Amino acid sequence: MTGKLVLENIKHRPMRSLLSILLIGVPVTLILCLVGLSHGFIEDSQRRQRGIGADIVMRPKSSSILSLNAAPIPQKMVEYVAKQPHVKMATGVFSVAAEGVTLGAAGINYDEFARMSGGFKFLSGGPFQRPDDVILDDYYADQTKAKVGDTITLLNSKWRVSGIMESGKLSHIVLPIDTLRERNGNLGNVNQIYIKLDDPANTQATIDYLKGPARLAEYPIFSMEMFTSLLNVNNIPALAGFIAVVVGIGVVIGFAVVCLSMYMAVLQRTREIGILKSLGASKGFILGIILSEALFLGVGGTILGIAMSYGAAALIHALKPASLPMVIVYEWWWIAGSITVLGALLGALYPGLTAASHDPIEALSYE
Amino acid sequence: MSNGLNGDIIQIRNLFKTYRVGNVDVQALRGVDLNVPKGHFLSIIGPSGSGKSTLFHVIGGLTPPTTGKVVVGDKDLSATTDAERTRMRKRTVGFVFQKFNLLPNLTARDNIAVARYIGGAAARPEPEFEEVLRLLGIGERLDHKPNALSGGEQQRVAIARAIVNHPAILLADEPTGNLDTENSKAVLEVLRDLNRRLGQTILMITHNPEAAAYGDSTVHMRDGRITERT
Repeated sequence: MTGKLVLENIKHRPMRSLLSILLIGVPVTLILCLVGLSHGFIEDSQRRQRGIGADIVMRPKSSSILSLNAAPIPQKMVEYVAKQPHVKMATGVFSVAAEGVTLGAAGINYDEFARMSGGFKFLSGGPFQRPDDVILDDYYADQTKAKVGDTITLLNSKWRVSGIMESGKLSHIVLPIDTLRERNGNLGNVNQIYIKLDDPANTQATIDYLKGPARLAEYPIFSMEMFTSLLNVNNIPALAGFIAVVVGIGVVIGFAVVCLSMYMAVLQRTREIGILKSLGASKGFILGIILSEALFLGVGGTILGIAMSYGAAALIHALKPASLPMVIVYEWWWIAGSITVLGALLGALYPGLTAASHDPIEALSYE
Repeated sequence: MSNGLNGDIIQIRNLFKTYRVGNVDVQALRGVDLNVPKGHFLSIIGPSGSGKSTLFHVIGGLTPPTTGKVVVGDKDLSATTDAERTRMRKRTVGFVFQKFNLLPNLTARDNIAVARYIGGAAARPEPEFEEVLRLLGIGERLDHKPNALSGGEQQRVAIARAIVNHPAILLADEPTGNLDTENSKAVLEVLRDLNRRLGQTILMITHNPEAAAYGDSTVHMRDGRITERT
């Protein structure tokens, strides 16, 4: 019967109910989008790193996992690494940020990289023909509507699109390493070295050897498995704090929306509360009805928020598939939902207690 | 009407009720004595401000007495907590109001079911209750919401809701105050039938001497006191 009372109350004022659900759903969507973008960025990076086909990655001295802002590695180190035991081949890559922090461009030695990775799978066009050629993956080509033969502006200079490849190897944007280094004034340097071994079973032994005394002890050297596992949300500076802030905002919005909505509902239903009290309804019963209604709004808002996060993901994928890779993170449904429902229940507590403590005679005479 | 006899379902002695309105104390009841035997239909008549609604609220457990003794059934209301009075309202008393006071979101059937639910009984009334619904003439209107019912029908649903838990006392506060003559007569006849056929104890507040005549006896109130018994 409590369920019926709650449902009928919600149905009785559909616009108020729908607006409350919508306002509760917005922060759920915000939380899920933020988490989805963070995870999407990480998963996209991991997928592209694994697509390289390397067993070991060597990074610049003092570099962090997600940043290459450190002293570059001299090109001659690539030749040095290539001569070490169990190393089948090594190739240097020069990466730069193309658009903010989420989209990078990588300069490669095409032949070396193709041998290591098995080559790009071209959807149209093909390898570099000229020093100012660029290869785009399908995500970035969709995002910029670029076609083979088009001239695009990247990194403050013009490039001709020589090919469009299937996404999943190294970067969304691939350039000839010499041209990129020249245009960046960084001749003779790389900022990552990818190493392929004669047998992946020798990975740890090779890392230990390279990091030995008088070799490359100062350079961060990781197995590809370790490197991709380090690419996670917790290693993105300040992201965890940023998510916590958005989650906090979500709680506050859920709290405020439900508090206001239920307070208005309690005022509008003062007489009905008096009627229930005249029938013998206890304070707990009245409070239970208000909290159940808030629970319904909270759950409704969560479901709508999840649905809207799918809409947001589809929109982002249509507009910025390369710059803003977003995934749906199912395990956050429960987290975002619990946070929102908690905020809604807290928001309903004051109106609920107000309703429960109404004097029945005053409530019955309320107009 | 008997006074002070065993078996009286309502026994009131020297009842005072004072309300605080802003900074002013308003004495609504000033020493009321009243006994109502089980199965009696008592009309309470008096002008506005005479204290009859306050008496109704005290007997119904909606507000505690300030001083004096009020025994309803076997409960002494002068010594009960708010929670105990709330429990009493579930099954000992049933209310019928001038403005019907049905829950607007629920059908007539659900308005009755809510009272059953709060009273701790199964939502569906006993089969015998069908007879009461036939007596009230609302058997065919139970699936309508209040806004689809006439005033007379709403008041008869309110009566059904008030007696569905078999309360010892039915308290009706101006039950015909919002009804036309025809519907007033129908509701008053329903109340008299309930009293005569089912032995339902009824206290009815009214302004109207004609309505009061439906009761077995009448008490007149003025200025917070009972002034006459007829």
